[in-house]
Formats: sequence, structure tokens, C-alpha cells
Amino acid sequence: MTRKMADRLAEATPPGIARKIGGLSDRSLAWLFIAPTIFLLLAINIFPLIWTIRLSFTNYRVNRVNADVKWVGLRNYERILTDPDIWQTMQVTAHFLFWTLFFQVLLGFALAWLINRKFRGNDLWTTLIVLPMMLSPAVVGNFWKFLYQPQIGLFNYMVSFVSGVDPASFSMIGSIDLAPWAIVIVDTWMWTPFVMLICLAGLRSIPDYIYEAAEIDRASKWRQFWTITVPMVLPFLMLAVLFRGIENFKMFDLVVQLTGGGPGSATEVTSINLKREAFEKWRTGYASAYAVILFVTIFGLASIYVKALNRVKER
Amino acid sequence: MSGVFRRFFSGLMRLRRGPWEMLASILIALGVFMMMQPFWMVAYTWSFLVTLTGTVMFIITSHFPE
Repeated sequence: MTRKMADRLAEATPPGIARKIGGLSDRSLAWLFIAPTIFLLLAINIFPLIWTIRLSFTNYRVNRVNADVKWVGLRNYERILTDPDIWQTMQVTAHFLFWTLFFQVLLGFALAWLINRKFRGNDLWTTLIVLPMMLSPAVVGNFWKFLYQPQIGLFNYMVSFVSGVDPASFSMIGSIDLAPWAIVIVDTWMWTPFVMLICLAGLRSIPDYIYEAAEIDRASKWRQFWTITVPMVLPFLMLAVLFRGIENFKMFDLVVQLTGGGPGSATEVTSINLKREAFEKWRTGYASAYAVILFVTIFGLASIYVKALNRVKER
Repeated sequence: MSGVFRRFFSGLMRLRRGPWEMLASILIALGVFMMMQPFWMVAYTWSFLVTLTGTVMFIITSHFPE
């Protein structure tokens, strides 16, 4: 069947092109096939990156195209790295990163451990748990905004039911103290299933005979958990942490929909701050330097991620 | 423990990939921590330089022999 199709394709190729291709080496053919991808990569990724690096050394403003563009050297970088407000947004991002990763790992692993046991309706539960991950962040942000409403929000009523506090007495997205936790809760709700799926893959990759051997050696369930389950799932868990860490470092859509960075700048993560600098204040050169700083940070983290991934592959 | 350190430093001296990548990873992690910690402004100021050094070092040392 495949042979037939290959023959048909060969026959359908115009003789001129067939002659040209026939004269090419395997290496040239390989280059010919990947050339469109390389071209797109250069046009969409590499060129804008180089252009951004170049702009980061200037005072360019995209809304003043006719103004003189001055070379300012490292001044943009210097201003960003000595600005307490940007340092504050970094801390907001760190708070968001740390707590989302902490809860997602804890709950994701616990859920995976429970789902990995054989019980009736296992598949249905897995599907239900995975549902939040499939929703758009914009949709999730919007409907959680309703859930957090002090007057009509279901979340406030649930907290009121559990703690006895008046539901209208607190606003999750209107309070400086609670708003950072509001985005942590939503991100945890949305992305815990992802961590769960990766942990589940890890748990299912552990062969049963290892547990059987441990049983024969009279190892307790607690010991089996710490000496077999945790070490064998750890690389997967690490991958999940790195995936989520990199994603959450550039979190934008969910926070914009939910709090818009407010109240004040309580939930202004770096990506929102960057967008304000670039498209509200129109400080393009400054925003480019900011973007380069974030890019290098994410690139560095991604390098460690690739290294960890290779280690997992080797195992 | 001292054997691990000896192997690590010997790898560094002989320009081996493993220890150099480890050093670069530590620099990147340190840089990210410095950038996001809430205690010391000076650490934030120098964080980018540390992360950049780690990242460039990682790119270079990933071409070192195993």
C-alpha cells in the first residue's frame, strides 16, 4: 500500500522537478525539507529576539516613530535593576510561583496516589479531575471572579459555611492581603490535574515486582512509600515542577482576567508590569530591556529543565 | 563526601561537562533566587548578572566532553 502510494507520488512529480531532486544528495534534501521551518523560526522567533535586544539599549518609543532614537547603553537595565517597584513585582511573582508549586505538587501527588488505586469509577473520576485543565484561562478567570463576589459568590458562602464568618465581610479579589491568595487558589484549581497526570504516569511506571519484593522483605507500607514510590516518582514530579514553574513565571491571562494586577499592585506579576510598560506607558526600549531580563531568567530555568529531562531519559 | 567534592573539582579542572553544568545550574538558581527574594535590594540589582553568567556558562559548558 505504502509502496503503491510512493510510486503514485513519484509518477505525479513533474519530470523537471524529479530530475532536479534526483540529482540532490540526502543532506541537501534534508536541508530542503527543513528550510521552511528554519525560515519561519528565524522570522518569528530569532529576528524579534535580536531586535528586542537591540532596542533594549535605546530610548525608543513605539508611539513616537519620528523622534530621535538615542543609544543609552546599559541605562535601561540599570534603571530596572534598581527600581523598587519592579523588585516588588518580582516578589509578587515569587509568592505566586512558590505557593502554586507547593499546593499543586502536594495535591497533584496526593490525587495521583489515590487515582492510581483500583476502584469503581476510576476513569470517570480521572476525567472529572482533569476538566479544569482543559478550560481557557480567560474563562476560568471570569467565572472565578463571580465565585469570589462578596455578595453572591459561592466561594464566600462556602468559607462562611465552614468558618461562620459573614460572606459579605471579605472580598478575595478586593483585598490587598487576600488577592494574592485568590490567584494562587485559582491557578492551583486549574493546574493541579496537570501535576496529577504527570505523577500518575510516574506511579504507573513502577513495576509491581518491586513492591512484591519489598513485601517479601517485610517492608512496611510507609517504608515502601518512602524508599520505592517517592524516589521513582521524583523525576516526574521534578519535571512537573519545572513545567509549571516556567509557565507560572510568565503567567498573564488568568491574573488579568481575575484581578488585572490589583488592588493597587498586589497581584501585579512581572508579565502584567511588562505589558504596562510596553503598551500603556509606551516605553519600548525600557520594556525591551525588561523583556530581555525575563527571557534570560526563563531561558536559564529552561536549560536546567532540559538537563533534568535528559537525566530522566537516561533512567 | 570528600570523594564527591574531589571528583567535582577534578571535573572542573579537566573541563568536564557534568560539574561545569552543575556549577552553571547553581548560578542560574542563585540568580533567580536573588531576583525574587524580598530581603536585600543589592542582591536584586546583581541578580540579572548572575543569571546571565550562569546561562551563558551553561550554553558553553554543554559542549564540553562528558
